Parts: sequence; C-alpha cells; structure tokens
Amino acid sequence: MREQLARELGDDALILGHRLSEWCGHAPSLEIDLALANIGLDLLGQAQFFLTLAGAPDGRDADALAYRRTEDEFCNCLLVEQPNGDFARTIARQFLFSAWQELRFAELAGDADAQIAAIAAKAVKEISYHASFAGDWVIRLGDGTEESHRRMAEGLDWCWRFTDELFAGDAAALRPAWAARVEATLAQAGLPTPKPVRGITGGRVGRHSEHLGHILAEMQYLPRAHPDAVW
Amino acid sequence: MVDAALTEDLTTRVFALLADVPDPEIPVLSLTDLGIIRELRLGAPPELVITPTYSGCPAAIAIHSAIRAALDQAGLSHITIKTELAPAWTTDWISAAGREKLRAYGIAPPETAAARLAGKAAQPAICPQCGSTQTTEISRFGSTPCKALWRCLACAEPFDRFKCI
Repeated sequence: MREQLARELGDDALILGHRLSEWCGHAPSLEIDLALANIGLDLLGQAQFFLTLAGAPDGRDADALAYRRTEDEFCNCLLVEQPNGDFARTIARQFLFSAWQELRFAELAGDADAQIAAIAAKAVKEISYHASFAGDWVIRLGDGTEESHRRMAEGLDWCWRFTDELFAGDAAALRPAWAARVEATLAQAGLPTPKPVRGITGGRVGRHSEHLGHILAEMQYLPRAHPDAVW
Repeated sequence: MVDAALTEDLTTRVFALLADVPDPEIPVLSLTDLGIIRELRLGAPPELVITPTYSGCPAAIAIHSAIRAALDQAGLSHITIKTELAPAWTTDWISAAGREKLRAYGIAPPETAAARLAGKAAQPAICPQCGSTQTTEISRFGSTPCKALWRCLACAEPFDRFKCI
C-alpha cells in the first residue's frame, strides 16, 4: 500500500521533472528557463525520496526504479507524460498538476505513515511556489493578447481530459477544492472553464500513452547501455 | 557526570567544526548558519543528523562530503551522518549571523516567520546594496533553488533574494 503510493507520487514527480528538463535552453526567456529547470529539480528531488521508499522492501534504490523499469511498470498519471507542446500547454499542465499536488501533499503531510508524511511536508513548501508560478502565467497569458489567450485556452483544453485520473481512489475528496481553485484562477484570467470531456485514465495501473516510451528511451538509454557507468 | 561533560564537549566541538565549513553554493554561509545541522545524537556510534534545504538541492552530495571530510580530519571518523526530512527545513532556521552575512554578501535574507504571518504580499525585499524597500520581483526562481531574482527600483541593481520557505 505504502510502496504503491510512493511509486505513484515518485513516478509523477520523475516524469514531470524530465518533461520540464526538456525546456532547458529552449524556454521563451532566461527567467522562465530558470524557473522551469528549478521546478524540475524540485520534482526530481521528490522523486528520489519517494522512489527510495518504494524500492526499499525489494532492496532496489531510486536509480533502479527510474532506469530499470519498462513503461507498464510506471504508475505516473497520464497528465505528466504529455508532451510539452507550446509554452501555454506546458503552463496548463503545470497549473493543473501543481494545484492538485499542493492539495494532495498538504493532506499527506498528516499521513499516518511517518516517511510519506515527512516527504510531503517538505515538498509541499516547494510545490506552493510551483503552483503560484503556473497560476500567475495562466492569468498573464489568458489576460494577455488575443494569441496568448487562444493558446492558453487550447492548452487547458488539451490537458483537461487527463485531470479525472488525479482524483482516483482516496484523492477523490480533493476534487471540490481543486475545482474551486482552478476556476478562481481561470476567472481572473478571463478564460472559460474547459468543457467536460470523457476522462482518459490508466496511468496508475501502467497503461500509458505512447509518449512515455519515448521519454524512457531517452532517460534510460545511458544506464541501460552502460550499466556500470559512474560519474 | 563525567559522561555528561564529555557529551557536551563532543556536541560543542562538532558544531564549532561545522561552523567553519562553508555551504558550497553560498560560501559566505557556514553549514551551521544555514541551519541544516540538526543535532548530534549520542550513541555508539554518535550520529550527526542533517536535513536538506530543498528536496532536489544539487549541493546535498557536496555538503555531505564536506561534512565527512571535516569530521575525518578532526579525528571524528566514528561519527556517522544521517539525513532526516522531518521536521522540514525552514528559512527561519538561518541564524541571525547568517542573515547578516547574506545581506553583506548582496543577497537579501528571507523574511522571518513572524513577518510572513503579518502578510506575505506586503513584504518587499530590502535591497542589499542601498537598503531601499522600493524593490520588485523579476522572477520567483533564480540561480539556485533557494533564491529568487529581484531588482531595486532606487539603485537599479538586480539582486538575489533568499526564498522564504
């Protein structure tokens, strides 16, 4: 139970961290480049903690879980593996995810499992920065030019179908608070709430989009080709 | 009685030792200034408990090695190092001396918990160059995970601000 939760949260953080690292050197401005890389770094640190916990019973470390599993063994949500798209879509993904992650981790900070609680309590402080960064950009793009508004709305539409999955199982109770938060920001941005769509799920049980395989091919190539490589 | 005195000695000695070990990313601060050295837990062997600043802090490994080296050089190889996350590190643990060193180095220190409770949004950074409160945030994320980028409207200089967490 605990290992499964640690694996889900660790995989979310690892895969989104990797996606954000793809922006490094390509972001619209230096400040945004730094911000996305910093958020990715925080997520990578969280992944390290959670995957260490998840692998402990089998004697596997975080690297073994990150580099030696195939797609169907990953249980990140589908939202985080979605391609970056344009900057607006990346911001949409970050905004929807961070708003959820902040609520989820605030709750887990009081979890009966002391180790899960410790990681969550630490990470939630970092996540509040991610959520406010992404929320500010949603407002700035939504309330910006005609083009930025259109792109932001399209980015949110694209990501919306993957949000149902965030509220599976015992995270279901977080939905009203998340929806309120998202709607408040969208209202401030002058953006419509995306229309309801049939949610796509499966990531938590290892059924992924084709995108995850491509991420893993890049992320795992070196350790698989050179298993004994060290810095 | 003798044991208690020895205990006191060892803790004092270790903390004094680490007060001379600089943080690898902000070398003006020592590890004790930064508040990441939690305690020396006595036992066999004694355990030095440390805590990371940010989950993904890239300096964590360098910090661990620097502590190990300092302990070894002082003949304290028997002390082990343990990383604990709870309670989570907060910028409130940066010492008063550490805050002053940051300011003198050109980094605006983080606001304290008391100031934060009084209203986060109402707290502009104080420019470490000229002392003005006419400052504005350029980017919430800066050159390291623990810093944000600000600029002073009075003297026009950009500066780092230690993020408050």
